[in-house]
Amino acid sequence: MEKSVGQLTAVPANERIDEKKTIARRKKRVQPIMLGSILPIVLIAVWEVLSRTGIFPAYQLPAPTAILATINGMFQDGTLFTHVGITTYRVFIGFLIGTVAAMVVGSIVGFYEKAEQLFDPLIQAFRSIPSLAWVPLFILWMGIGEPSKVTMIAVGVFFPVYLNIIGGIAGVDRKLIEVGRMYGLNNLQLIRRVILPAALPSFLTGVRSGLGLGWMFVVAAELMGASSGLGYLLVLGQNTLSPEIILSSIILFAIIGKLTDWILKIIETRTLHWQDGMVKS
Amino acid sequence: MSLELRNVGRTFNDKAAVRNISFTAQPGEIIGLLGTSGCGKSTVLRAISGLDDAYDGRIEFNGKAPGAVRNAIGFIFQEPRLMPWLTVLENVTFGLKGTRAEKESKGKTFLENVGLAGNENAYPKELSGGMAQRAAIARALVTSPEVLLLDEPFSALDAFTKMQLQDLLLDIWKTYQTTIVLVTHDIDEATYLCDRIITLRGQPGEMEREIAINEARPRTRGSGELAEYKKEILDSLDLNQPAAAEK
Repeated sequence: MEKSVGQLTAVPANERIDEKKTIARRKKRVQPIMLGSILPIVLIAVWEVLSRTGIFPAYQLPAPTAILATINGMFQDGTLFTHVGITTYRVFIGFLIGTVAAMVVGSIVGFYEKAEQLFDPLIQAFRSIPSLAWVPLFILWMGIGEPSKVTMIAVGVFFPVYLNIIGGIAGVDRKLIEVGRMYGLNNLQLIRRVILPAALPSFLTGVRSGLGLGWMFVVAAELMGASSGLGYLLVLGQNTLSPEIILSSIILFAIIGKLTDWILKIIETRTLHWQDGMVKS
Repeated sequence: MSLELRNVGRTFNDKAAVRNISFTAQPGEIIGLLGTSGCGKSTVLRAISGLDDAYDGRIEFNGKAPGAVRNAIGFIFQEPRLMPWLTVLENVTFGLKGTRAEKESKGKTFLENVGLAGNENAYPKELSGGMAQRAAIARALVTSPEVLLLDEPFSALDAFTKMQLQDLLLDIWKTYQTTIVLVTHDIDEATYLCDRIITLRGQPGEMEREIAINEARPRTRGSGELAEYKKEILDSLDLNQPAAAEK
């Protein structure tokens, strides 16, 4: 008798478990976001209160709402798009030039031992020069217009991409190359069908860190002389004693920097879905 | 295709790894190269495959050098060596030439032969060790090689998968009458599969014995006859007396 009772209640119990599971799954997705937002929200609230009560003087650290108002103001009069647009444009062009140059040089140096012996020592020597040290020279050569800024950014992007391409090519599994040779692939086919796909993860890592450096260098490039752009806003804020402009610029940098990295991250996961990577728990 | 080795040797940095290897394989014959690790049996196989052409002596397939007949040679490595960025089907058709449709239909046929039908679109990371090695076998067979070289192909697999794949290899051999050279350190595997077993020993490795297995197939694993052969091989390698093995 007891047994049959147990069987009867078993069905609804199962359904309840399923329901609990979906709730648990939703909870799992939302929880980290909530957990991660606690500290920022608390900090911003404390900051707002301290600024409103005058403990932080407004000429040094304006309230978050004041910064938002500044950004909103720029949005209203349209200058927001000019500044964000020109900065993004500079990073994009510099990033493109740097990446393409690194791809060409990196592939040649990676594939041909003679080219490595010829070029690599020179490139490594250049790498040990802090890239910002080039700034005065570039200004001297190209003036303070766009070319010197874009060149700066391209130089910054070049090295991480270059190093990762070379590392990626050098790290291709010899065993896979042997499979290609067993099927009679010539060098060009070997590069296209085995070496490039195998080196792709490392290349994408380089591209992502290259982009990060691109954002860093655009600040330097715009600080040294620009009439528009987010870096120009930093200088403007400093010269007009307006910390809210500086903070607005910093926040905008953070937002578009994160946004572009996120785009690359999506491209990376799309193209590298075959990787047997670690899944974080 | 027949295979002939005459006084084949290989030195690495002035140190001989293996020397004076001579044997012939008739078309459709299964030859086993058996020996303890470090005796140079894989080195010999790499020389036969054409992957390593810095060997001494002569290797000829129907009178031609390995490099000239590369398309007729299939190689199955110890590890599956699948390209992780290609699906199983793309991996299997890796070495094929022709239109996409031709390649795919051929690849699917061979995937079916090795028991992997339905896994065409899986990526190597989703396969178990045995499945990956099956895919590698399909990849080697799809080009219809006349000579198949195997370098300890089943040594990383569990006992049951190993037996299955050994039988699969015999099925393939029966259908295509491929000439096979199998490098192994597994004596049971060698006696079960091979027509002739060549034992190598020493450093540098040299040929010790050539043992013909005159048993009709299908052979029974663990049968008395195969055990006799096993004993003969163990004796020839001095592995049957613990004292001798230690010195």
